[in-house]
Amino acid sequence: MKAFVENGSFKKKMTSLFKDCENTVFKNDTKYLSSLRYKSFQKFLELDFPTLKTADWRHTDLGPALSKDYLQYLNKDTEELDINDIFTCDVHDFETDQISLLNGWHVHTDEPLKQFPNGIIAGSLAAAMGEHPELIELHFGKYADYEKNIFHALNTAFAMDGVFIYVPDDLVIEKPIQMINIMHPSENLMLHTRNLIIMGKNSRLNLVHCDDSTNHQASFNNSLTEVFIDKGARIDYYKLQNLNNDSTLLNSTYFHQERDSRLMINSISLNGGLIRNYTHVILNGLHAEADIFGLYLMDKKQHVDNQVSVHHASPDCRSNEMFKGVMDDEASSVFNGHVLVDRDAQRTNAFQNNRNILLTDKAKANAQPFLEIYADDVKCSHGATVGQLDVEALFYLRSRGLSEASARLLLMYAFAAEIINKIGIDALRNRIDDMVKKRLRGELSICDRCVLHCSQPEQEVTFDIDLSKI
Amino acid sequence: MLLDIKDLHVAIKGKEIIHGLSLQIAEGEVHAIMGPNGTGKSTLAMAIAGKEGYDVTKGDIIYKGRSLLEILPEERAREGIFLGFQYPVEIPGVSLTNFMRTAINETREYKGLPPMPPAEFLKKMEEKKKLVEIHSKLANRSVNEGFSGGEKKKNEIFQMAMLEPSLAVLDETDSGLDIDALKIVANGVNMLKTPQNATIVITHYQRLLDYIIPDYVHVLFEGRIVKSGGKELAMKLEEKGYEWIRND
Repeated sequence: MKAFVENGSFKKKMTSLFKDCENTVFKNDTKYLSSLRYKSFQKFLELDFPTLKTADWRHTDLGPALSKDYLQYLNKDTEELDINDIFTCDVHDFETDQISLLNGWHVHTDEPLKQFPNGIIAGSLAAAMGEHPELIELHFGKYADYEKNIFHALNTAFAMDGVFIYVPDDLVIEKPIQMINIMHPSENLMLHTRNLIIMGKNSRLNLVHCDDSTNHQASFNNSLTEVFIDKGARIDYYKLQNLNNDSTLLNSTYFHQERDSRLMINSISLNGGLIRNYTHVILNGLHAEADIFGLYLMDKKQHVDNQVSVHHASPDCRSNEMFKGVMDDEASSVFNGHVLVDRDAQRTNAFQNNRNILLTDKAKANAQPFLEIYADDVKCSHGATVGQLDVEALFYLRSRGLSEASARLLLMYAFAAEIINKIGIDALRNRIDDMVKKRLRGELSICDRCVLHCSQPEQEVTFDIDLSKI
Repeated sequence: MLLDIKDLHVAIKGKEIIHGLSLQIAEGEVHAIMGPNGTGKSTLAMAIAGKEGYDVTKGDIIYKGRSLLEILPEERAREGIFLGFQYPVEIPGVSLTNFMRTAINETREYKGLPPMPPAEFLKKMEEKKKLVEIHSKLANRSVNEGFSGGEKKKNEIFQMAMLEPSLAVLDETDSGLDIDALKIVANGVNMLKTPQNATIVITHYQRLLDYIIPDYVHVLFEGRIVKSGGKELAMKLEEKGYEWIRND
């Protein structure tokens, strides 16, 4: 079953789509889900799409992406491809348990949702909606703000599939879980991937979340992830984004942290037409800590937008944001960090930092770090820089015999390395390190990772940073 | 003749700093260039190394029989020119080891040689670190980041030792050094001296020349060499001060 989402009458189309779904796709919904979808859809109708005049959207223009026609899959494509035929993961040197999504739908060989002997439940969200209504009711839709954000409302109304992970109390999972969302549509595709991750008390998980394209078809992924981190739990969450130049990815993640919990998120954006990472963290118990890191390497007309909102709702918590980016050609970036410290959140430590290197006159970086503090005993700082490669350092390196190209690469890599070095899994760090080096040398394209090699020469897209120009 | 500077004029942003400087340096020689601040000592060093913005408006710099003027800084380095920086640059995120390996291998590639085998490279690192008493920890840290003044200057000499230049230009290597560090740096320079290479020591004070004995001393004043002589010239300068040049 397919539906077309067209320009102009977007809300009208979505309304008729929602009606169709009510009697088909959504008919097995629990009461809770059904009412949540209905509420979210009403909100979607009430809210306006952001324009360049909307706060937080001033530098990110969704107009071109929204004006395309998209197809939306309302169930799994029956002529499903074998995922191994179209995609081999570049991060394969280390062992992970993989959960794959193809065009937003969970791919499984046996059961869609598995419960393992140690108690972990992992697999398809669609299956979890049916099999674990109690967990869904407890967490699904509890953290994402679908009342104020039109895309989060839209996602919540149409959420059909995605990844579900439940880690029981006290369970430490050594082997990282990797969720791979592969975009391989035959026509322009819109999707609303939804993920839910529940971390029990004192549990521990390393999660790698990859968004990849394997062809050059346009896509609009309005993805939303909710992560609940119970007392004493710890999650290391890595995002790796390597999408084509016609892709739009709204990657929103809500983290709800309880007492003594620990979050580390590191979003690495290597390619993509338009990427907006929205990260919302609420520190809801004493001594919760969040490290929020990001690295983006953009060229051509690519655009990346990192929106980070951290809410210190409890005393004695710590948050630390560090985002770094290199922009070539006409690429542009946005960093918008907002730290909110409640009146009662005394002894808060909150730091924000954004650093950008522009390689051309036409590349742009917008940085807006922002602190909103109501407590009086806090340590907070914010900073942002936009600059070029250090000419003194370039000359120093060249005076030792390094070519200009090598010197530039070395400096760009050194700039990026601060974020890469924060990756705690050795094998993953080495692999990403490699990908970043390749990216900076202009050797990483989405086609390298796809075994189809379908692209005709005239369609070929490369993602090189032209070193002769910079 | 290793280096032949002929009637050199150098301008920065259109302002001439060096007004006709000539200097010949042969293999095996140590030349000291002395002079008060702002007379063009560092400008000369940068012009030899090829820094952008130091425009040679007249004259020439001939090195090993070839004009350097149209040659990129990296090629000058690969041909054996080394500049010891007055203010070594901090480069966060680049380890000294990685930096030196890249520098050596790019130079080797330029000369048509294969990359240096890793074992040989590490052995060389160890050897040269000892020469300037560089702590092993420094080699794994980012280049010059958080180094003390003395460590930065020792690091310059360490890099010189690794790259084995034919012509080293040491720009105010003694500035910011205590006497112990000065001795180590000077000792390193002396150990690296061979009959095939030459050194230009740029300094404001005579102090360094107690440890690095120059064959020739030149006094640079207002963009020109106004006096040349043996090492006794340095002593005289120390005694009489630069006023003596001005009044002379």
